[in-house]
Amino acid sequence: MKSLLSFGFLLLALLANTVPAEAALRVFACEPEWGALVSELGGSDVDVYTATSALQDPHHIQARPSLIARMRRSDLVVATGAQLEIGWLPVLLRQSANPAIQPSQPGYFEAAGFVAMLEVPTSVDRVQGDVHPAGNPHIQTDARNILRVAAALNQRLQMLDPTHAPDYQQRYTDFANRWQAALQRWQQMAVPLRGVKLIAYHKGWAYMLNWLGLQEVSTIEPLPGVPASAAHLSELLAKQKMQPATMVIYAAYQDPQPSEWLATRAGIPAVKLPFTVGGTDQAGDLFGLYDDTIHRLLQASGH
Amino acid sequence: MRKQILAWLLPCMLVAAPVAQAASVETTDELKTLKEQVRLLQQKIDKMETRLQASEKQPAAAAPAEPVVQAAESAQPQNTTRSDANVFNPQISMVLNGSYRAFSHNPATFAVPGFALGDSAGLGDRGFGINESELNFAANVDNLFYADSTLSLPRTGGINVEEAYFQTLALPAGLTVKAGRFFSGIGYINQFHPHHDDFIDRSLANRVFLNSTFAGDGIQVRWLAPTDTYFELGSELLRGDRYPGGGAALRGAGSWDVFAHVGGDVGFSNSWRAGLSWLSTKPLGRSSFDNTGAVTGTFDGNSQLLIGDLVWKWAPNGNPYDTNFKFQTELFQQQEKGMFANAGSPAASYSGRHWGGYAEAVYQFTHGWDIGIRHSEVFARNTGAAVVPGSVLDTLGFRPKRTSLVLGYANSEFSRFRLQFSRDQSRPVTDNQVALQYLMLIGAHGAHQF
Repeated sequence: MKSLLSFGFLLLALLANTVPAEAALRVFACEPEWGALVSELGGSDVDVYTATSALQDPHHIQARPSLIARMRRSDLVVATGAQLEIGWLPVLLRQSANPAIQPSQPGYFEAAGFVAMLEVPTSVDRVQGDVHPAGNPHIQTDARNILRVAAALNQRLQMLDPTHAPDYQQRYTDFANRWQAALQRWQQMAVPLRGVKLIAYHKGWAYMLNWLGLQEVSTIEPLPGVPASAAHLSELLAKQKMQPATMVIYAAYQDPQPSEWLATRAGIPAVKLPFTVGGTDQAGDLFGLYDDTIHRLLQASGH
Repeated sequence: MRKQILAWLLPCMLVAAPVAQAASVETTDELKTLKEQVRLLQQKIDKMETRLQASEKQPAAAAPAEPVVQAAESAQPQNTTRSDANVFNPQISMVLNGSYRAFSHNPATFAVPGFALGDSAGLGDRGFGINESELNFAANVDNLFYADSTLSLPRTGGINVEEAYFQTLALPAGLTVKAGRFFSGIGYINQFHPHHDDFIDRSLANRVFLNSTFAGDGIQVRWLAPTDTYFELGSELLRGDRYPGGGAALRGAGSWDVFAHVGGDVGFSNSWRAGLSWLSTKPLGRSSFDNTGAVTGTFDGNSQLLIGDLVWKWAPNGNPYDTNFKFQTELFQQQEKGMFANAGSPAASYSGRHWGGYAEAVYQFTHGWDIGIRHSEVFARNTGAAVVPGSVLDTLGFRPKRTSLVLGYANSEFSRFRLQFSRDQSRPVTDNQVALQYLMLIGAHGAHQF
């Protein structure tokens, strides 16, 4: 028993040594787009940890010990919300033993609270698959939403770290200007995409469709979160003859196989889109994310 | 519009008020009706307002080519939290669980030579049957507390309170306190409800040493270290009436334990957690049972259990959705010393040393399908006057073991089927077992721990 305890203390002493002393605001970003946004707005005043990568399905993350440990010492958690992280974030929050980042505290930020939600269901039943009662949570596919979230996040960062408030404000103003310019450019670039019909793998693009005026004719998943059956795929092929789509799109984290299968049979391109920062080599930051997304869509639609 | 209606209502209320004060029973009733009407009106107004707001937002979102300047600036931070599962109601879920089991030997004769078993160490009966259905309620109580209760409805009727605890959310310094009835944090699998498992039943070692699940009424304190490597220390003080304890010794605080967990990631694809736990109980008149429910003996003394556990998970790029792999093992060492009374005999001295463990590997080879293998062994060395030939403490020089193979299919996170084959050599016969199980989850689906 004694040896067990002394072993424990020894371990503790070792771990305690690894704690670095730092003053920066520690931010736990649930998805890469928010990690990138916090870096834009926080610069050197923040220490950002991004909990997931572009190759992970943000619906299905395991509440790993490393995430709990990181959340324990965070000053701010930035989540998408709208139940995107319902399968893992509540456990992390509860296990983190960190009062500062509990929902209702300033240290908890949900991006979906600051944009207009699309596809809010009027009724929810699991027969409909993986539905989100608060609406489609993939808000980052519309670049305009990034600015809306940035405005709110800027205020939150200033509130949590008032000594650096002017720095946050300056970085936000700078970012907003660059973003407005980029939005003009992207919207100009995307004009030929208006009305282009496509097939998506998952119902993950509602905001992008809305933003760029694209039209989703069907999804490979028969219901959100339900993998495609052979019967559903052949149904899509039949539908393609009557209502031809120009391309099949899928996110970097999704299995390309079903999308490529369908695209080959239909004789249209299958396009991998980054979905978030880091999803493709070109989508290294937030600007690259939309540059690359629009570029890939234009290429696939023959423009 | 809201103001207009209110302006109109106000005089009505003024007229109504003195009348109500004159106070016959009828007028108070009228007042109630009026209040109810006002409330309903208010609801209607609120609804209309939200609809109006929504329709105001719509055009901004629906005009794709508009420059975003105004839209972005008019979006005032609303700070709405949208993740609460059911506004003020607790999350409610129910797990329905049924199975068909076939045994090549009569399960009534199940025993593990050398072990005085608790009442839930067996495998149940042959044939069709529903297992315990679990009803779970959980919610944040307020800004400081979270509460969780799981009731199980056994097929024989009645209600068992499996868990009913509250937990702190906002203690400083990485501390979390849990109090009530809860599954103990010792070992790895013990804290989970069976619907989380990858196999239909718990391992032979878990059933022998922890009576399938070790729970208790009491208090738990955990401390999470402020380090980037996950490190957690915990301790529990429990009533001590649950196997391997018994009789609620020491004025109802007969069991205590400590545990430590360490964990981390290796690259993007691997993550792990390891633990060490120590459980000490003072059984007082602890009965042991055979698989028909008959008492095989009574134990008074001390029981100590050491558990080492490791779980390793692999998911390509940290994305477990399509394929993933999990390895899990727990090793047990138990020491018991005291007086054991075989059924119908007087108490006599008994000292036992027990070892055991299991290891399992589960591979999800494609979305929805997984296959797993588990092997478990236990071993006892008992001495003392109570160890008479033919009694439960007689090991027969035998090493009980069991190997299981499982195939699982999940249509979604909420529906699951399992087919399990086991070669059970818990007693000196080879019992071939087949079990088919369904699990159906309705209601809110709480997130699972690692």
